[in-house]
Amino acid sequence: MAATNGSAFEQPASFAFDEESEAEIAKIVLRYPPGKQASAVIPALYIAQKQMKRQTGSAWVPVKAMDAVGARLGMAPIRVYEVATFYFMFNTKPIGTYHLQVCTTTPCWLRGSDEVTEACRKETGIKGWGETSADGMFTMTEVECLGACVNAPILQVDDDFYEDMDAEKVTQLLAALRRGERPSPGSMTGRQTSAPEGGPTTLTTLHFAPEG
Amino acid sequence: MLQDKDRIFTNLYGLHDPFLKGALARGDWDNTVAILARGRDAIVQEMKDSGLRGRGGAGFPTGLKWSFMPKQSDRPCYLVVNADESEPGTCKDRDILRHDPHKLVEGCLVAGFAMGATAAYIYIRGEFYNESLTLQHAIDEAYEAGLIGKNACGSGYDMDVFLHRGAGAYICGEETALIESLEGKKGMPRMKPPFPAGVGLYGCPSTVNNVESIAVSPTILRRGAAWFTSLGRPNNTGQKLFCISGHVNKPCNVEEELGIPLRELIEKYAGGVRGGWDNLLAIIPGGASVPLLPKSICDEVLMDFDSLRAVRSGLGTAAVMVMDKSTDVIKAIARLSKFYMHESCGQCTPCREGTGWMWRVMTRMVEGRAAPEEIDTLEQVTKQVEGHTICALGDAAAWPIQGLIRHFRPVMEERIAAYKSRGAKPLPMAAE
Repeated sequence: MAATNGSAFEQPASFAFDEESEAEIAKIVLRYPPGKQASAVIPALYIAQKQMKRQTGSAWVPVKAMDAVGARLGMAPIRVYEVATFYFMFNTKPIGTYHLQVCTTTPCWLRGSDEVTEACRKETGIKGWGETSADGMFTMTEVECLGACVNAPILQVDDDFYEDMDAEKVTQLLAALRRGERPSPGSMTGRQTSAPEGGPTTLTTLHFAPEG
Repeated sequence: MLQDKDRIFTNLYGLHDPFLKGALARGDWDNTVAILARGRDAIVQEMKDSGLRGRGGAGFPTGLKWSFMPKQSDRPCYLVVNADESEPGTCKDRDILRHDPHKLVEGCLVAGFAMGATAAYIYIRGEFYNESLTLQHAIDEAYEAGLIGKNACGSGYDMDVFLHRGAGAYICGEETALIESLEGKKGMPRMKPPFPAGVGLYGCPSTVNNVESIAVSPTILRRGAAWFTSLGRPNNTGQKLFCISGHVNKPCNVEEELGIPLRELIEKYAGGVRGGWDNLLAIIPGGASVPLLPKSICDEVLMDFDSLRAVRSGLGTAAVMVMDKSTDVIKAIARLSKFYMHESCGQCTPCREGTGWMWRVMTRMVEGRAAPEEIDTLEQVTKQVEGHTICALGDAAAWPIQGLIRHFRPVMEERIAAYKSRGAKPLPMAAE
């Protein structure tokens, strides 16, 4: 299970792609020209991380999984380690059940990301970035601009963006996650994606052919 | 002001079906084969005539870029679409990817054909997971309908479109870093020359274009260069997606003509500055990498490449970040310095060391724990980073600080004086 704050964690003794992962890799490798299968290293690491989530409840990439990626794609292990540690989205140590990724870059900061951070800390008891809550439910990571700035501030949970957040909405969201619910992502104020609050003021005069 | 009939992204807010049926109803994939039948040279010429400048930030003419691809090549040629949208403030490509994906897929065919590419790779930032599912579904639909793949649209031309997810590295938005990443390596920029059009992906001729540049191209080719140049301003033609974030009443994305006054853009579409226009402190007009502008310039400036350049800033990605008078502007810029420190790939010493140094000094500037002459030292260091790195990340880290010093030096000096008046001793300069 997930490691707690600061404690050492164990690297598993072995890792092998399961059937589901292998099928995904086989499909992805076909996107690249023959002999260029190293291009699939990022997708393959994602697949390994997802398999760990399936098998252990924690989405991370152990060293043995990097080795398995290297073996599958014909890459030297060091080339895979380089990639796995260069890119921010691969967790090289175990994380909690839910990965809370708080954007604190300037556009989110201007709209109250400090408040979102505080609320996450209060609800989870986590003190510092990168730590996991004592119950193993949440890991909190500070992330850089998520690219949804007109819906700032953003709290990304695993793969989903929760937008237009504030402290109260964080409390509600985390409570729902604890109950095992998964509220649908997007704007938490209920506005239409990136349109201004109150509804679009452009594209209002267009009529398209029926879409049926 | 742009009218709805001249808007390209007619499903910008996702009110309609993003997939094939909806896209066809909105006019995408309308007789694409006729566009291809004009031939490579005619398509490139039309794009040149349209004056479209790259929508990813640099503003390089798109048609000219396409023309750099070899006419004949014994190696495969590639179109690479930069969907790594990570410039702070920018969230326009996301709307194309999730609401109008067929514009991009059709653009891949048209642009790929015009440059002799037989495959397009769309490199999407890893955080856009849900967007990648939408786009992949659109690609699958296009294959099934025979719009791409073998004999695309019945044109006799074969064109593959592949999606590739990144994994959280801003630097991969730099075209050669993106190519490295796509090849399965760390995203570290390459020296230029050779340029990608000669030696790009897998050592083959390649062109890297922003999502928006590719997605607008089928509409430009359908409606003609004359229509596009009738919008915007000379040398800054056409319309553009703007992202308005920060201290406005109604943050939003909107498509408007280039050259719209900044004030009009904010007041018309984003509900105005919080507390009114007079409560404005400063605006970063084109994503984190461009210098900020104080209110006095914002009052009059037009939103296009040349107008913003004339006031020593830039249009960049047209991501407008608004800061009202409650903002600690030094802190706002210091946070950007932290961003660049985090995202430096570490390859070039001036950037690797400089971004960290600049952030540490900026952190002290936020407190005022510095000597007034350190503002000059900071500015000097930004000049030593700028232009001394392989890619533009070093420049991008330097410019926001230069803008801050240019326009808000008195605020920095006041902060230092206030700190000093509390009787605290500043650190010796060598501490960094």
